[in-house]
Amino acid sequence: MSTLRLAVALALASSAALAQSPGLGTRISEADTAAWDISILPDGTGLPAGSGTVAQGAHIFAAKCAMCHGEGGKGSPAGNALVGGAPLASGIETTKTIANFWGYPTTLFDFIRRAMPFQQPRTLSDNEVYALAAYLFAQNKIIGENEVMNAKTLPQVKMPNRDGFIIRFPDRI
Amino acid sequence: MDKFEVVAGNGLLHRRAFLRGGSAFAAAVTGYALARSATAAPLADAPWSREMGAAMPPVQAPSRFEKHVVRTLSNPNNELRNSHARTPHQMLQGTITPASLHFTINHSGVPDIDPAQHKLAIHGMVRQPLVFTAESLSRYPMVSRMGFVECGGNSAPMFSNEPIQATAQALHGLVSSSEWTGVPLAVLLDEAGVDPKAKWFVAEGADSLALSRSIPLKKGLDDAMVALYQNGERLMPGNGYPMRLLLPGYEGNMNVKFLRRIKLVDQPAMSYYESRTYSQILPGGKAYRFYFVQEVKSFITHPSFGHALRGQGYYEISGVAYSGNGRIAKVLVSADGGKSWGEAALQEPVLPKAFTRFRMPWRWDGRPVVLQSRAWDEAGNVQPLRAEFVAQRGETKKPPNPLAFPNQHYNSLTSWAVDGNGEIKHVYA
Repeated sequence: MSTLRLAVALALASSAALAQSPGLGTRISEADTAAWDISILPDGTGLPAGSGTVAQGAHIFAAKCAMCHGEGGKGSPAGNALVGGAPLASGIETTKTIANFWGYPTTLFDFIRRAMPFQQPRTLSDNEVYALAAYLFAQNKIIGENEVMNAKTLPQVKMPNRDGFIIRFPDRI
Repeated sequence: MDKFEVVAGNGLLHRRAFLRGGSAFAAAVTGYALARSATAAPLADAPWSREMGAAMPPVQAPSRFEKHVVRTLSNPNNELRNSHARTPHQMLQGTITPASLHFTINHSGVPDIDPAQHKLAIHGMVRQPLVFTAESLSRYPMVSRMGFVECGGNSAPMFSNEPIQATAQALHGLVSSSEWTGVPLAVLLDEAGVDPKAKWFVAEGADSLALSRSIPLKKGLDDAMVALYQNGERLMPGNGYPMRLLLPGYEGNMNVKFLRRIKLVDQPAMSYYESRTYSQILPGGKAYRFYFVQEVKSFITHPSFGHALRGQGYYEISGVAYSGNGRIAKVLVSADGGKSWGEAALQEPVLPKAFTRFRMPWRWDGRPVVLQSRAWDEAGNVQPLRAEFVAQRGETKKPPNPLAFPNQHYNSLTSWAVDGNGEIKHVYA
């Protein structure tokens, strides 16, 4: 079959499939998905306006996070430590931490904003999330004490283990 | 006395010994004779045969004599952490996990979702963002398929440097298999009109963590489904009611439950669960990321830890085999710790990315044995032997808490040692 005929055949098949769709989805504008659209991509796509400092983050952490994650993020029986971590070569059961494992800074912003505090998820303001990210990066010596996190600076934070991964099934992507 | 062909050490019999009638296979060179059974007592009516039975409930539950057949819970008091409920494989047969016994992992409890108010949004890199409800999806052409779902952390206790003495439920209870019915995701994506530049989609749940995973669009357009039904009834709350993503053969956590949002994107989001929890550390310190496929695996459920053999003679060895790469092609069973192997019968139907039950006739002579199974899938993948698996993936320095997850994606062998008294232990062989 020629390329042209193949293209025509595919186009026909595609339009036939469209015609067969029951078409019962309700249209919504992209803007109206905003309240649910909390996905942050590694290149920073989706990061909201706002900013936060390490010092602001320390206050917020003490008030809203330390009851589970311990003073300064050192951990407690109720919550994982958020500071430190053994080298990954210590063993396959090494606890994965922000400092020793996480590959992308955006993951931290995304997870705090979507899931924390555990009992009141999605109650933090975007400024608070930026401040907490700044605080936790600084506690782990990944950024300096005076750095400010915002949509521009956060994706540029270089995580120590960024290059520590092997894609298991590249042919599936 | 019939004779049966012996195919491997310690009394493994030919897989068709009983399927076509034993005497047809009596012409064995080296045959075991099965002893005649003992004499039974004279028959008499039991009380339940002499009175009218109980009223039928609207939803029936198992017999009161089966109350021990339950899932085991890691967090029974719903403390502020994740919870696991494990399937009791050593007490089940066949290939379908009852919905009430399907494994469940929830990272922040089970949400109580009103299906009339639940919505599924498809947006991002699409021509027209759309919202679906359970009611609108129920009008779409549906498909049903058998499919296993397995947590990436299933069998994590097998990474222990010493064998943990525990049941198949405790070791492998985070996999189950069901018939799933729902709408092909490709139909919904087609209706929204996917931008050719989109390469991934982020799936997100309506649970309090808004659990999210990035999935290659390739899988979404292949055999992914928005599932509404499980074994004919609506999804159980713990399995994603009122709708979940089903990605046949892919890591359980990617099969996002309580599905409320699909966003088409051009890159993976590197969400917490994909870039942390289910990325696994390898010996030496590198880590695997995007471990989508649950690879070929099998384990013996009967007999297994917690059972006891009551006297020598005939038993059926059986278990489950499955592969995220397709159908099971072959299962071998050993009763001598891997020195010799016999091919097990595969119970039909053998379906892709679903449980296959294997069966192996066996005559136990009362001496100690070590039982193992090893599966191959139709793509030619084979379950790795433990020595080679541990060399590549490592093991712990000391035995972990059996409820902990020292690592992910174990698919090597499981070995059960039967001693001369018929007691069963978990061993590495």
